Amino acid sequence: MKKLNRRNFIKGSLAGGIATVAASGKAKKASAAGGDFGGYPESMGVLVDMTKCIGCRTCEAACNKEQGLPEPDKPFDDYSVFDEHRHGGLPRRTTEKAYTVVNRYNVEGRDHPLFRKFQCNHCNEPACLTSCFVNAYTKTPEGAVIYNPKVCVGCRTCMVACPFYVPAYSFTSAINPVVKKCIMCYDTRLKFGRPPACVESCPQGVMTFGKRKDLIALAHQKIEGNPGKYVDHLYGEHEVGGTSWMYLSDVPFDKIGFDMHLGKEPIISYVKDFLAMVPMVLCIWPALFTGFHLLSTRKQANKEESPKA
Amino acid sequence: MGLKTGKQVGLAALIAMAAPLVLPFSANGEVFELSSLANLYEGVSFDHDMHIEAVADDCSLCHHHTAGTPPEEPTCIPCHKNSPEADSPACSSCHLIEPFSSANLAISEENPLLHHKMKPGLKAAFHQNCMGCHQETGGPVGCQDCHAMTEKGEKFYNTGQYAPKPRTETGHH
Repeated sequence: MKKLNRRNFIKGSLAGGIATVAASGKAKKASAAGGDFGGYPESMGVLVDMTKCIGCRTCEAACNKEQGLPEPDKPFDDYSVFDEHRHGGLPRRTTEKAYTVVNRYNVEGRDHPLFRKFQCNHCNEPACLTSCFVNAYTKTPEGAVIYNPKVCVGCRTCMVACPFYVPAYSFTSAINPVVKKCIMCYDTRLKFGRPPACVESCPQGVMTFGKRKDLIALAHQKIEGNPGKYVDHLYGEHEVGGTSWMYLSDVPFDKIGFDMHLGKEPIISYVKDFLAMVPMVLCIWPALFTGFHLLSTRKQANKEESPKA
Repeated sequence: MGLKTGKQVGLAALIAMAAPLVLPFSANGEVFELSSLANLYEGVSFDHDMHIEAVADDCSLCHHHTAGTPPEEPTCIPCHKNSPEADSPACSSCHLIEPFSSANLAISEENPLLHHKMKPGLKAAFHQNCMGCHQETGGPVGCQDCHAMTEKGEKFYNTGQYAPKPRTETGHH
């Protein structure tokens, strides 16, 4: 048998390393070819035509009642909330007490302010779900991203992961603080085929409920059928791999607070190659570096042992 | 028995409330109540004559493609440019009173004509039609400028007698 010396050991471990890298490269190609999830094909969605919203906040009230949320700080017909801003001049966001909020944007060149409804966009491949280490989140075939508050440990990783800054935290709960967000009325409505409460309550018919793939076709027909009315972009069709909630606007999306730099890749794409490496690294590295350590200290150990022998 | 009677009364009330909507010609020269959808808000006292004057006798401005004029929506024209006049000019003859009922949702789900999925329900049709014009012409646009809020509405919107108690400011936000 060949004697194991340092040169052979390093040769062997280098060859092993190259083989590992080559194998992971193949795995990456395979996942790109057919392993991507891409969302449930029959998922439902909501198309929001923001040109129609008048900022009446009825959807906020409907959400509050449907989800049994606590009493609001101000009445839902109090429009002074549109002047409220968070630190940094940012508009209102979702909280543990409000899973949806409507914000007002005064856009230059537009006769009337534009109102934008904000809630969970229910991503096809949600970043919150990817980031959750207790598997509290589920993407249902109907399209909703729901979560199990019983297993939530309140680590708030999903709040960091969400590209839309949607999940809120029940900071007011001292004993069991958990993450809170819109679930597309899954328990009470969506699973029975009914639209979320906000959609049904809207007096202006701003939101259209239907199969996501139908809504995409419909939105493009609307954009093409009304030249000049809409910006030629359906927000949510491709953003972060696609979302169940999608938006039409008559002003550029970046002027009304939409992030236009999210890219088309779902957030999981940025981490799954790395995460697949983790178990391998955990198995190989300890053995590899223990080997290095033993080799580098063997001479020393032999020296120490030899005078005694 | 009680349920049946209730249903009959409900149906009769619905027909009575919807009557002004299905009899628009008798509504000429009248102020009539659009109250079939009254719930969170009371019905609207709609002055039909005043609006006829406001639109200078152009009925099709509101009664789009039910008053002998072709459709103007670019998305409707390809299929409907030669469609005959609708049987009834009433809004509710096309725009559903309950667009989110299970039966109507199922019909919408099966409908392969995508634009028909976007046909607003009666409430949305009223609001889109009225608000669109009111915003342009300076008509009333506030919710309670047209219809007063009901007690149920006050509860729903946490306002009026159900308004939240003012909180003591803590300085945190």
